[in-house]
Amino acid sequence: MGIKQGFVAGVAVLVVSAALYAGPSGGTISGKVTYEGTPAKQKPIDMSKEPSCAQQHATPITTETVVTGPNNALENVVVYISAGAPDDSTAPGQPAKFTQKGCQYLPHVLAFEVNQTLEIANDDQTSHNIHPLPKVNREWNKSQPPGTPPISEKYDKPEFIPVKCNIHPWMHGNFAVLKNSHYAVSQGEGSFTLPNLPPGKYTITAWHESYGDQSQEVTITGSETKTVNFVFKAKPY
Amino acid sequence: MRTLKMKSIQLFLAVIAIAVFPALTPGQQVDAHIGKLSGNTDAGKHLYFRYCWGCHGFRGNGEGENAPYLNPTPRNFVAAVFKCRSTPTGTLPIDEDLYNSVGRGFNTTNMPSWIELTDQNRADLIAFIKSFSPRWKTEKPGTPITVPPEPKLTLESIRHGHELFEKLECWKCHGQEGYGDGPSAATLTDSNDQPIKPYDFAVGWRFKCGVTNHDLYKIFMTGLDGTPMPSFADVIKPEEAWDLVHFLRTLQVTHKSPELTLWESTKEGAEQVAAKKIYGTPTGSGVKQ
Repeated sequence: MGIKQGFVAGVAVLVVSAALYAGPSGGTISGKVTYEGTPAKQKPIDMSKEPSCAQQHATPITTETVVTGPNNALENVVVYISAGAPDDSTAPGQPAKFTQKGCQYLPHVLAFEVNQTLEIANDDQTSHNIHPLPKVNREWNKSQPPGTPPISEKYDKPEFIPVKCNIHPWMHGNFAVLKNSHYAVSQGEGSFTLPNLPPGKYTITAWHESYGDQSQEVTITGSETKTVNFVFKAKPY
Repeated sequence: MRTLKMKSIQLFLAVIAIAVFPALTPGQQVDAHIGKLSGNTDAGKHLYFRYCWGCHGFRGNGEGENAPYLNPTPRNFVAAVFKCRSTPTGTLPIDEDLYNSVGRGFNTTNMPSWIELTDQNRADLIAFIKSFSPRWKTEKPGTPITVPPEPKLTLESIRHGHELFEKLECWKCHGQEGYGDGPSAATLTDSNDQPIKPYDFAVGWRFKCGVTNHDLYKIFMTGLDGTPMPSFADVIKPEEAWDLVHFLRTLQVTHKSPELTLWESTKEGAEQVAAKKIYGTPTGSGVKQ
């Protein structure tokens, strides 16, 4: 009995340590998302109808359909593994957080996984209605007055979902519901990193709310770091 | 002996076939249940291609021949997002909700009441309409919300309802006096990006999803999916919801309801209602004061 159990325990230790070892030593894909051409000029938002929000912004904020950084960097691009990685069987335990503050969505693009809890909070002194507009997932629309607890929701199918508030028509955001944990949203410098990728052949896709998506094939062998850059053609309108 | 055995095998196979492939036996398909009625998809198909497809389209996607001329646009049964439900926001309605919608029609839209059809006809139509979207195969309808019995109507209830109307900012779209002219009204669009108007309480007494207080309760506690009207189920307590119902009735100044009568019995109520009533009367049609 002792021998058999000992053997099982030994194997378990080996498996666990192998899994731990494989995690950080996987390959990495990193790169930069940029644009070429002239992107549309973002318009200032008039929040005078909602004074409690307007006074939170010293200078009026602009629309965020295209957000750029220095050296033609493109922000808010969701870079993810669209093929080659297995779907996550269990969603991460921690919720993805989406906040309404100053009549603006923070973040503008929120990426999370299928069946991961999405937590939506209202930090404003005004009522919002959260109205995501999915095509393949279920469409719901909920009111959230100030001071009410966060709304918890989930999506069970991968999809890019525009989000709006009907009360404040300038409010516009996006949910990216993805099948696995290998994703990143490009920030200020347009850079992204997808770490811990086991060896394999991957299709890596970059999605932007105004410029659509594009994909590249990448093969990872061992613990190398591969650079993949994406260039979007900016539209002037 | 042998023939008997053959027959029993044939019978056995037939039983298996019916049990395993019920959907393949023509004329036996029952896909909608409304009380004692059972809707039949095949029967509904004939009715659909006689009465409904002109607007709702050959494929049920709401893009029928007449659709470009209609506002709001006809319902898209492929998307299977429905306004009038007894189920929470984001869920499929129960068959009875759809059946009631077809019988009632949609106030302020081009969808007429199909009360002229028989009850069986309408049940059959629901069965067929459900065949357009795969959602009906992969998802279950939501559990209807619980509507507690209506408490006694009081002035406090109306006043508290008014506070809720302010606090929940219903007026942002529906306007302070319920004319549907709130600050956000002009920019509202439905989920197809088509402009849509918030309900104007002063012009009538029928709501999109019914006429009773019970229907009104369900409208804001389930939301009208596909429109800007959200669900307030998470933010209003059931007992408070009835207060809001009582207050909303007093905004319907052209419809004599117990709520309006009670409200008019107070001085402030009588003044408010009198000031509004010119709107919608033959002499003051369209005049707002």
